[in-house]
This record gives sequence, structure tokens and C-alpha cells, in this order.
Amino acid sequence: MNRETILHPTRRSLLAGGAAALTAATLPRFVQAQSSEPIRLGFQLHRTGIGAAYGRWYERTALAALKVVNEAGGIAGRPVEILFEDDATDPRRGAEGVEKLASQAKVDMIFGPLFSHVVIAAAPRAAELKIPYLVCSEGYHVASGKLNRWTLQPGITDVRAQVTAMAPWVTQNLGKKVTMIFPDYAFGHDHRDFFTEAVAAQGGEVVAQIAIPPTETSFTRYFPRIPRDTEVLYHVMVGPAVLTFVKELGEFYGSGAKPEIFGFIDSLEAVDIANPGLQFLEGSHFWEGQCRMLQPDASEAETFYRDAVGVDANGAAIEDPKNVSCYGHMFSVWETLFAIKQGMEACSWRGPQDRQAFVEAVEAFTEMPAGRERPQGAKVFNPKLHQVFGHQFISKLEGGKLVKVHETSLEDGIYPSDVDYLATSF
Amino acid sequence: MRMLALHLAVLAGVAALQFVLPAYHHTNAARILVLATYAIGFNIAFGYTGLLSLGHALFFAGGMYATGLLVDQGGWQPWAALLAGPAAGGVLAAGVGLLALRTAGPAFMIVTLMFAQAFHLAILYWGRFTGGDEGFTLSGAARRLGPFDLADPATRYGAAFLLFAAAMLGCLALVRSRTGRVLIAVRENEERTRMLGYDPFRAKLLALVLSGLLSGAAGATYGLMFGYVGGSFAAIQYSILPLIWVLLGGAGTVLGPLLGTALLFYLIDWASSVTTASQFVVGAVLILLVLFAPRGLLGLLRERGLRSLP
Amino acid sequence: MDFGPFLLLAVMEGLVGAAVLALTASGLSLVFGVLRVVNVAHGEFFMLGAVAAWFVSQWVPGPPALAFAVALVACPLLVAGLAALADRLVLKRLAYEPEATIIATIGLLYILQQAALTLYGPEARPVPPPFEARLQLPWFGWSGYKLFVIGAAGAVLAGLWLLLARSRIGLVMRATQIDRETATAFGIDVDRVYAGTFALGAALAAIAAVLIVPIQQAHYLMGGDPLLLSFIVVVIGGLGSLRGTLVAALLIGVSDGVISTFFEPTLAKILATLLVALVLVFRPQGLFGARA
Repeated sequence: MNRETILHPTRRSLLAGGAAALTAATLPRFVQAQSSEPIRLGFQLHRTGIGAAYGRWYERTALAALKVVNEAGGIAGRPVEILFEDDATDPRRGAEGVEKLASQAKVDMIFGPLFSHVVIAAAPRAAELKIPYLVCSEGYHVASGKLNRWTLQPGITDVRAQVTAMAPWVTQNLGKKVTMIFPDYAFGHDHRDFFTEAVAAQGGEVVAQIAIPPTETSFTRYFPRIPRDTEVLYHVMVGPAVLTFVKELGEFYGSGAKPEIFGFIDSLEAVDIANPGLQFLEGSHFWEGQCRMLQPDASEAETFYRDAVGVDANGAAIEDPKNVSCYGHMFSVWETLFAIKQGMEACSWRGPQDRQAFVEAVEAFTEMPAGRERPQGAKVFNPKLHQVFGHQFISKLEGGKLVKVHETSLEDGIYPSDVDYLATSF
Repeated sequence: MRMLALHLAVLAGVAALQFVLPAYHHTNAARILVLATYAIGFNIAFGYTGLLSLGHALFFAGGMYATGLLVDQGGWQPWAALLAGPAAGGVLAAGVGLLALRTAGPAFMIVTLMFAQAFHLAILYWGRFTGGDEGFTLSGAARRLGPFDLADPATRYGAAFLLFAAAMLGCLALVRSRTGRVLIAVRENEERTRMLGYDPFRAKLLALVLSGLLSGAAGATYGLMFGYVGGSFAAIQYSILPLIWVLLGGAGTVLGPLLGTALLFYLIDWASSVTTASQFVVGAVLILLVLFAPRGLLGLLRERGLRSLP
Repeated sequence: MDFGPFLLLAVMEGLVGAAVLALTASGLSLVFGVLRVVNVAHGEFFMLGAVAAWFVSQWVPGPPALAFAVALVACPLLVAGLAALADRLVLKRLAYEPEATIIATIGLLYILQQAALTLYGPEARPVPPPFEARLQLPWFGWSGYKLFVIGAAGAVLAGLWLLLARSRIGLVMRATQIDRETATAFGIDVDRVYAGTFALGAALAAIAAVLIVPIQQAHYLMGGDPLLLSFIVVVIGGLGSLRGTLVAALLIGVSDGVISTFFEPTLAKILATLLVALVLVFRPQGLFGARA
């Protein structure tokens, strides 16, 4: 193999969004900067593999945010580029991607991954390479203290806080006897453990926990395990078989009596809610990280963000109403890029020599007000946990539309923790 | 003698490489050396003894989890835990072998596959200990072997090199020994080997245990070197990968596993840098390679003159 | 729910799985029997069938039943054509050497998967069933379409059996399977038989996919499990025995459902997996295979 091609991946550099067009000459705004050398960010992208449906929208959101950042003068007056590296949604490839971005492409920092096994495998490598690693992964792994000083999550609330925030509303409005259906691996186990705990704290009870084996494609045979006295059915199924899950649930209950249903939108990200077979979900409730469908009280920042990414009022791509986005999660990419901008500007970023200063600057974040940088809403950053805490939304499916019925407060999601990354070394 | 010199030259080349490679390729080379050790292990069973297993991820991940769990939760010293890796790989291989070697051919493929799948599911099921699909990271202290810190690039390369060199020289010694010739005889004609007074079952079990041992050593080393232990390493993909590596490089050759591993690694790396449809390129190159060299690259070399290549 | 209905539901679900598995596996079994190669891309032919069915459902106007009927004919033909092409361009040149074929079909797997990802996308998309019907039993409801799947798979398998046992095509295939040299001597064009068998095997996988896709959705990574399960079924049934394949599919499909009623789901999967291994350990030739 030609050594030249390995060392100079020219094609990848071209993926650097609109940055190529943004030279200092054409955009005088950059002139005042001490250096017009572009800031290069690496993006660990689930382009292929099981995360590809998310990856496609994460890339689109990142490019939209990049455009906004660059048009407003970049970061500290310098233009920004993003280099995307596919990790095939695989932990080993993820770790390799971090190395490639850090050592070969020489990016300033890395952000973007969602799937928790990729994050957990790659985080130790980021720490060894001493490069900031900003993840957009809602799992409970940053805040649990499993990772390291270089790994931060300023863009999305972790799952423990999500379920803790939601449990009171669920037990007060839907019912106190809950049956949980979740995938039998770490993501599902986080839901199982923390939601059960949160429901108990509200005086409710999880009457059954039904763990579905990974790779299962048919679910009907598990439904008889749902106890008859179940008042709320809580589901967090993910992956391509989710539609089957919902359809089969509908066939199982038919038009007869059924429990209230509460699900995580993770089940239906990138899925058109108007799909045949999903009518059964009518009247059921969902957690949403951000409301997929445009709400009447949407903020100016939200509509700005929606337009910039190119998403219509139903949460689908403007150019193709059948191409539904991962709206409940992808704001994290946008907000993480703006957190990077904020952190870099706070530490007067010059180059890779300031990577530690950058982490310390992010660790100085506390209140993160709503605005165009944070279209999902205001957040609070907890430096000890390296984790941000935001509002959560509960929507009801009415007439094929997801309508917001509740927004949790920032305090709802706070849980006790003795994790302290600030006490760990770089 | 000439062959020994060739292999020593390859080792010397690999050792020297660390001084010239830029950082990214330096780390890649360390990865490739450990994965190639896994491939060498697979090759002992498959290439030399004719045992096509689809369950080697069991031994690789078994070694990785044995070491990872012992050091992370068992409170073992890293070096002691590291030794537990190959031991676990060997013991697992012996257990699987005692049952699976009652079968041959496709049935052997399925039996090994099933044991590996059961192990993978068990890792997900007992997530409280194993971390399930997310796995767990290893702390800095867990990765220090006495004065050697595996998080340090040079040390890591050195460890990978030592492991690989031991595996390769061991494999070379094995295939040139009397035992090695029995293994090859079993591959070529099991009945005849039996009539000559050898016990094919014992030979195959030995090959599988050695294979499992190397696979476990590779898995354990990989976990410590990169600080991560996870369920995806037990998935079927990691049983198929060594098969591809070995077939590309040349089954039943000592250097083939290294060549195949490096080739596929850089093929994927290169393909993802030239196109977003990288799997397409990888697939096409695999087909072209196999059309050009159906017995792997070193197999081709062997057919074209270098007959004595071990 | 009482245990009786619970078990009934598990058996009914198992039958659907078994029907589709039997179709997919019979395709792999034919290829394995006649060509003596493992087609690693078999699951991707299954996936292509499902993805193609989605495209048909988008392009064919009118009631879903019409699109379904078109898909049931067109998708297997398309997939069979692709398979025949792959056979002519690649496998034939490798002289069906088992190891080289594994690599070549892995390459094919990558290509087909990427093609689906690029042209179809990463989402799971539903295909409407030809009809909506729901069966209400005293204890639970069930999809009427699932009953249809069992029936349709049975019909296709019966047709396959007739083809193999009663027609000249079947005779030629069996002759080639038993003794390639002699078949050539009798004027059989072995190349054509191989390409035809490979195509037929792929078509069976595609038919299975078209039948299941209204229940399961089309997704570019959906080929993995059918491949593994088919492979298991073929070996458990006994190589080269179509009857064995069918019985094994039924056994595995139904037992998977029944075991899952007794244990925690994932634990049940672990036990079922080990059971398959043990069956082979004690009966290496499979249920209906001749002892080697």
C-alpha cells in the first residue's frame, strides 16, 4: 500500500463542512484574530453499523452548527473545520478513530459519539492522548465516574437524571404499578435500576421487569409476562425491531383494556410516527429529549435551530418528509459544538497546548442559559460529574402528533453522587 | 536455516519499525501485532490442523475478561492477571475441545459457534459483573506491570512485540517439530494418521488448547494495552475476523497471519479515508484478492516457488 | 396469563419463526448440498429481498395486496439474478474451493450491505401487510397475517419438494450433488446447475424475507441472524437432507419459544444455544444425516 495515501487522507479533509469556502480573505470577520489558522475538530461518527440511523442526523446537525458558528466569526475569530471519522458503531474501531483523529489528523479535540460502548472503549485512549473528548451519549457512564478527566458531556442529560426527573410525573399521572420492558444489556439495565429506584421513591412499584434478549426480532411471546394489574407499561426498546415491538403489542391488546403506555422516544427515533401499525400508540406518552414536533410555545432559538438543520414541523427532513430525524437526541451535537466554542474562548485557545486549560474552562461552567447555543433549553453543568443536567419533556401522541404535556424542572433530575472528576489527575 | 533467517529478519524489521513510525501508525502496529498473535493462534487450529472453528472469540474474549475482571474486581496484580488470560483461553479451549472434537467439519463449526454465542450472551446477561455490551475500563494502576506502564506508547509496542515474537517463534518451532508434522498429517488425512499409530483426537485437542492459549493471551494483552474490556469482543465478528486474516495471508503459514491482519487493518483504514462507502471497497478488494490468490498471499508465494515456506 | 395460553402463544410464535427459518435454511441447504460451499452472503440475499419489497411497496400503486403480490414474484427473481451473476463472476472462477468461497462471500456480504446502506439507508422501514386481520382468542390477540405466513411458507416448501423430487430439474440437481463427474459424463451442464442452484437458494431466502417483512421491517443489517440460524438448522438437520432441514427448523423455532416461557428470556437463549451444541456433540451427523 502506498504510504502517501495513508499519511495524507485528502478526501477526508474535504468533508470539513463549509470550512473550505471560509477563507480569511473572503470573510473579513476573521481578520482580527491573532491566527487565522482553522480550528480542527474531530467527529466520531456512527456512519455505519447499528448506529447509522443516528449517525446520518448527527452529521447533518454538526454541519449545520458548524455553518452557524463560522458565519458568526468562528471560534475566537478563527474558522472551524470538522473531520468526520466513521467508527462503524464498534468499540475497537471507535478507539482507533480517536487515535486517527488525534495523532494523524491532528485535530484539536474530538466530539460526537452516541453509543455508550464506543464511548467507554474510546475514552481511555482519549485520556492517554490527552485530548478533550466531548461525548453526546446519554448513558450513565460519564456521570457514574467510570471515565476520566478528559471525557465530558456538556450537551445531553444522562439517563439516570432523565428517568429520575420523569418518575414523579409517571406515578402521579399514569399509575403506580409499572411493568418495564427493556433490552437486556447495559442501556436497558440503567433504565431498570434507576427507574425502579425512582418509582419506589414516589411510593410506586415496579411489578415486573421484562428483559428482552438483544437481537430479538419478535416480542409477542414475552407479553404474557406483563402482570394483569399493571397500570403503566414502560418501554425503552431500541434498534430496528422497535416497530415490530409496537405492532405486536397492539395486536396483543387489541381494542380491549390495556395499561397506560410510557415509552422513550429512543424507540422511535428516525421512525415516522404515522407508519402503519403504530396507531396503537395513539394516546400513549413519550419521553423526548427535545420535542420532535414543533410546539406552539417553541422558542425563537428552537425554530432557528430547526431551520438551520433543515427539519420541518413534524421532525422530518425538509426535502423529504419521510426522512424522520433523531430530534430527541441530536440537539446534543449542536449544543456540544457551542460548548466547545464557549470553552475554547474562555481559555483563550491557541492550540493543542491549551487542551488541559480547555477542560478546566469547561469545568468552570455552571449555569448554561437557553438561547441559540442551547435550543433544547437551559442547563446546569456539574463539574464534578462532568455532566450536564437539562429539562426533559413528556409528550402525548394525539391524532398522530406528539404534543408536549409536561416539562420537568432542572431540579427534578438531580440525584446524589459522590463522583468527583476534579479530584482525578489529567 | 534460510527460513529461520527470514523469520528473524521479519521480527527484526517489526522491532525496528517502532522507531520510524509516526504516532498513529505506531499504535496501529501495536494493535496489529496483538491481533496477529490471535490470528497465529487461530492458524494453529485451522491452518495447520484443519480445525475450522467459528468460536474463537470465546477464547480471545475469555482471556480478556479473565484478566480484566481479576485485575479490576478481583484485586489481582496486573502481571498475575495477565497470566490468567492465556490460562483461561487454554482451559476454555480444552473444555470446548473435549466436547466439540467429537464432531468434525460443519458440525464442529456450529458447536464452537454455539459455545461462543452462549458466552457472549452470558456476558450481556451478567452485566452487573461484566458491564455487558458497554464493558468496563481499566484504571491506570491496573495497566502497570511492575515498572512497565502499558499506557506508554513505547512500552505498549514493546509488549505487543514480545507477545507476537514469542507466538511466531513458538509457532515456527511447533510446525517444524514432530508434533507439528502430526498436526499437519491430521489435517491431510486423519485416518492415515491413526493407522500410523498416532492419536488424532489428542493431536487435535493439543492444537486447540495451544490455539486457545494464544488467543487468550492476545485478548488479555489487548485489554490491558488499551484499557478496555467489552462484550463486543465476544461477538461472532471476532470469530470471523481471524479466519479472514488467516485466509488472506495464507492458511498454514507462519507469517500469513501477520500479513493478513495488517492487510485487512489498513484496507479498512484506507477505504474509510477515500470514501464514505468504505465497506464496498473492502468487499471488492477481498473478492479481487481471493480471485488472485485463492490460498492467500503466502499461499500464492508458496505455489510460485517458495515451496519450503513453513 | 395462565400457563396453557402462554404456551399456546409461544408455540404459535415459534411456528411463524420456524416457517420463515425453514424457507431460508432450505436455500442454504440446497447450496450446501449441491455446491458444497458455505454461502456467507446468504443472509444478505434475505436482506435484499426485504429491502426490495420495501421499494416495490413504494412504487406499486393500489392496495397493499397488489404490491405484496408483485414483491413476492419480483424480489426473488431479482435476488436470484444477482446470485447467478455472483456465481458466474466469482464463485465459478474459484472452482467452489470452500475456503476461498468463504472469503469471496464475505466480500459479497460487505458489498451488498453497503449497497443497501447507501441506496436504501440505515433506517428500519415497514412494509404494509397485504391484509389487516387480527385474531382474537379468549386470552390474547394475534396477527392474522402471521397465520398466512405459516401457510404461504408451507406452500412454497411443498412446491420446492415437488420440484426436487418430481421434476427433471430436481433430478439433475440431485445427480450433480451425488456425483459431479458422472453427471458431466451424462451431458449435464454442471456450471448451469451450480448457477441455478445458487440462484434458487438465494431466491428462497428472498421469498422468506418478503413474507416476514410486513411483520419485521426491512433493515440493512437484518441478514445476520437468518444466516446464523439457517446454518445451524442445516447442520442440525443433517447436511444435504432437506427433510432434516425442515424438521430442524421446526424444532429450533418452536423450542426457542417454549424454552423462553420457563426461564428469563436471555437465560433461555443461552440454554437453547448450549442445547444446539450438545445435540451435535452427541449426534455429529445431525438428525437426518448419514453417518460419515
